[in-house]
Amino acid sequence: MNKEISISELKDKAKELRLKIIETTANAGSGHLGGSLSAADMFTILYFKYLNVDPKDPEKIDRDRFILSKGHTALGYVPTLALAGFIPMDAITQFNKFLSGYGIHPDSNKIAGCDASTGSLGHGLPMAVGMCLGLKYQGYNDAKVVCLMGDGEQHEGSIWEAAMAASKYKLENLIAIVDRNKFCIDGPTEEVMPIEPLDEKYKSFGFDVIECNGNDMEDLDKAMETAWNHKGGPICIIAHTEKGFGVKRFQGHVEWHYGALDEDLKKEAIADIEAL
Amino acid sequence: MGTLWNVYDANSMSAREVYGRVLAELGKENDKIVGVTADLAKSTNIGLFGEKFPERLFNVGIAEQNMFGVAAGLAKTGLIPFASTFAIFCCLRGGEQVRTDICYQNLPVKIIATHSGVSFGVSGSTHHALEDIAIMKAIPNMTVVVPADGFETAKAVEQCIDIPGPVYIRIGRGFEPPLHDNQDFDFQIGKAQILREGTDLTIICCGTTVLQAMDAAEEASANGVECRVINMHTIKPLDVEAVQNAIQDTRRILTIEEHNTIGGLGDAVGSVIAESGKGCVFVKHGIADTFSPIGLPEDLYAHFKLDSTGIAEKISEVMGKEFEEDDDWSDED
Repeated sequence: MNKEISISELKDKAKELRLKIIETTANAGSGHLGGSLSAADMFTILYFKYLNVDPKDPEKIDRDRFILSKGHTALGYVPTLALAGFIPMDAITQFNKFLSGYGIHPDSNKIAGCDASTGSLGHGLPMAVGMCLGLKYQGYNDAKVVCLMGDGEQHEGSIWEAAMAASKYKLENLIAIVDRNKFCIDGPTEEVMPIEPLDEKYKSFGFDVIECNGNDMEDLDKAMETAWNHKGGPICIIAHTEKGFGVKRFQGHVEWHYGALDEDLKKEAIADIEAL
Repeated sequence: MGTLWNVYDANSMSAREVYGRVLAELGKENDKIVGVTADLAKSTNIGLFGEKFPERLFNVGIAEQNMFGVAAGLAKTGLIPFASTFAIFCCLRGGEQVRTDICYQNLPVKIIATHSGVSFGVSGSTHHALEDIAIMKAIPNMTVVVPADGFETAKAVEQCIDIPGPVYIRIGRGFEPPLHDNQDFDFQIGKAQILREGTDLTIICCGTTVLQAMDAAEEASANGVECRVINMHTIKPLDVEAVQNAIQDTRRILTIEEHNTIGGLGDAVGSVIAESGKGCVFVKHGIADTFSPIGLPEDLYAHFKLDSTGIAEKISEVMGKEFEEDDDWSDED
């Protein structure tokens, strides 16, 4: 169930989200900028076009589910939920604050619209498989479960346990997405622990695989549309992105996996994003 | 002397078989109940549920992390998943998923852990679980139940559905002789069962050790020592009042468990004793921080003095210790 929205409107939303990510980081002092900015276009297209979710009824049983398996990027997810109307916009000022409901990793019991508490990597896809099975068993055949994972996260064995199960149960309601921004904390994934050929891996585990530029809204839109109409089994989107996308200083630099912003850096980041 | 362990010849249904059958019955009334297992449908007997409801039992293969993640996901869609595998794989192999996916999100996943303690006998320490109570009770939101036999397992499985959060039910391999003769007894999760009254000491025990403790208590009675026996089938939340009453009434407490003496029932009871501020003889008996050797379960129970003969020795030890003879404990300054 797609919402009517044009590509240029989506691009504007993504820009707005990136600015909120910068604002949130500046308020919090620091945050996982790299992976939040790389995923910002995916957050945007999911919540403003593809996901059948309703901020007025966030628990409706036949909704689509979204699991942020790369939970350390709540810095991108919390502003998304605020922009989509699930939580108040002051979440941005509350982020990482004492006793706040919004921290580095999202807590589903505290954040309306958040379908799973995540943070420990490799947990999202197994929970997504369970949700897919539960929705199918209860006859909610139109509900999709979208699981956004990191590329470094592909190192976790539990991902592949879940991938096997998704294939066994032919979960056509599952859309796995890998934010392929090329870096984990210690450096490039291909140096720390190579994950390529990732497409072949998912294919051999029984997924159909599509690849796209995850920072290009048109390309992302085509991939999402294909995934949403996909039948017969699970699908994986490998979304090639740039870590820190939108701010030149951060782009492709592993040191901005996690970082702090002072006033000058904040201004620079905002200027870069506004020029996108 | 006492009840002989007759582990592989019991003619009654095993606890895990009871579990499978009860779950299949409950499944008829409640279509929210689903099951997950990790290639142990047969061994844990959750397969009996699967035979009745093949579309409701998900076997994820030998992948315990995924099993508990899948259980959490199923629960997130409003279902009540029962997850079954061996106890050691519940608390350690899939332990982080139990903590973070299930307990942190406070989901109604019911974990039925079989082959706990040393009940897996000759499989050895890789398949024994002597840490599971300690781990499970340290996780917020978790309820921890250790039934003494198949009848209690049946009641625990039935009652756990009404608990809104996660529950860990610890059962053995299940061929141990039953404690109860039939199902006509009161069993409530969270409420200790006083099986025998006595004023000389209180034995607080759980699981397979309860029947052995009862036999040892009868033998002690013949020698003039009257033991109260408390079946503390729920380790968390602990029936604190039952322990406080035992301190007050008998002032000698012996805990018995088929578990490491670190972190289990004994430590839970010991905390209540310490916090009471009262003088009390306390002996914590179990498997004292060691990996278990190879042997048939009945030989291992004897080796660790968890059979009635070994427990009788522990009763003598408790009775041989001194406590402060002061009824109101008012001379502490």
